[in-house]
Amino acid sequence: MGDKNAMIHFRLDPRSGVPPYRQLIDQVRQMVSLGLLRAGDQLPSVREVMRQITINPNTVHRAYRDLEAEGLVEGRQGRGTFIVEVGTPPTTPKRQAELHEDLVVWIKKARLAGMDDETIMALVTLALQAKTVAKEKVTP
Amino acid sequence: MNTSVAAVETVGLGKRYRRTWGLQDCSFTLPQGRVAALVGPNGAGKSTLLRMLAGISTPSTGTINVLGQSPRTQSIEALARVAYLDQDRPLYNDFRVEEILRFGRELNPRWDEVRARRHLEELRISLTSRIGKLSGGQQAQVALTMCLAKRPELLLLDEPVAALDPLAREDLMQILLESVEENGTTVLLSSHAVADLATVCDYVIFLSASRVQFAGELDHVLAVHRLLVGPVGTESTSLDEATIISSITAGRQSTLLVRCEQPLLDPAWEVLEPTLEEIVLAYLRADASAAYDQSEPRRGKRWTARNDISVVR
Repeated sequence: MGDKNAMIHFRLDPRSGVPPYRQLIDQVRQMVSLGLLRAGDQLPSVREVMRQITINPNTVHRAYRDLEAEGLVEGRQGRGTFIVEVGTPPTTPKRQAELHEDLVVWIKKARLAGMDDETIMALVTLALQAKTVAKEKVTP
Repeated sequence: MNTSVAAVETVGLGKRYRRTWGLQDCSFTLPQGRVAALVGPNGAGKSTLLRMLAGISTPSTGTINVLGQSPRTQSIEALARVAYLDQDRPLYNDFRVEEILRFGRELNPRWDEVRARRHLEELRISLTSRIGKLSGGQQAQVALTMCLAKRPELLLLDEPVAALDPLAREDLMQILLESVEENGTTVLLSSHAVADLATVCDYVIFLSASRVQFAGELDHVLAVHRLLVGPVGTESTSLDEATIISSITAGRQSTLLVRCEQPLLDPAWEVLEPTLEEIVLAYLRADASAAYDQSEPRRGKRWTARNDISVVR
């Protein structure tokens, strides 16, 4: 594949149950969080993505639209789609402390219900595995 | 292009061959600009449906609207808007590529010769080659090039990639998708290789046993199906909202494929996202076992191929 200048080379897992547009979104998010994509970097055009991977153009449009709605990228008229400045981290220390408190309350409840640490951990793992369902609902 | 008109709309469509139905009670709407996969096992009625949409075969029951018109209209203008490629890819073996191009040019009012030649050049297919001397993959490319040069608004393809090697399949899909991006062409393509289509299509019509089992946006179809893994005998109220498509029990573990409009969050089950292929297989399996399997599980509605729960949106 000849696109040496592309900042990101998408991959698609056709055997995954995750819809293709979300696979693209996840890859952009992940590269931003790893610092591999930074503010001002340009995402490949829909045409370029289609050359990288055999993908429906509607899917790429959709992924870019969702990323834009999320505020992670912005489309500039006639120039392309760019990563925007990422703001403060999503959880402030104060918010983290609140969440911690909630969790302590919940663990106390679970202990009262007779659960041991192992079972509690299994429950948490299960809930996290269902994250894709939860995430969609929670994202503001 | 008037995009408020559906590319395809069928109501109660059926085709009877003497005593058996090739397709029955088929109703769905395909909006314009989609790349739709028509999936289902062999003999499910895919070719029957495509041929009726193309106006080659007449329905026994029901109505069809293709871009707002009956496909039997057969006006030159209506014919120019739709391209249909049969699974046998009928080309004249004795023709040279340039002759078949001329054939297309003379017969089609909206013919795009520049584009046809550009495609063939990209694919390194010589204009002076005889069709019969080309490989199967190249013949498929020429056939698709002909379809696209018509500049159709709706492209109906019957098993376009069935006989192709992975690279040829990739090339063909690329050209097809470029046309979608450039011209907003609506594509309806049939295939029994479901896994290949998951990244290419955004709409799915699933036929089995001569009926539409579901039709809708791929994202929606994926979103409403979940794979549940848990210990055998798990009683769970969250299943009350779900329709169980198939259940498999191995040892102490049950695997259910369910359809549920609400997100399923239940600690009793591990909830996974199935692939389109897994979903289709679950429906086929259910269809095959519906006759005798009345046991398991105790909660949730049982799906059968005959009650209509189509995911039409």
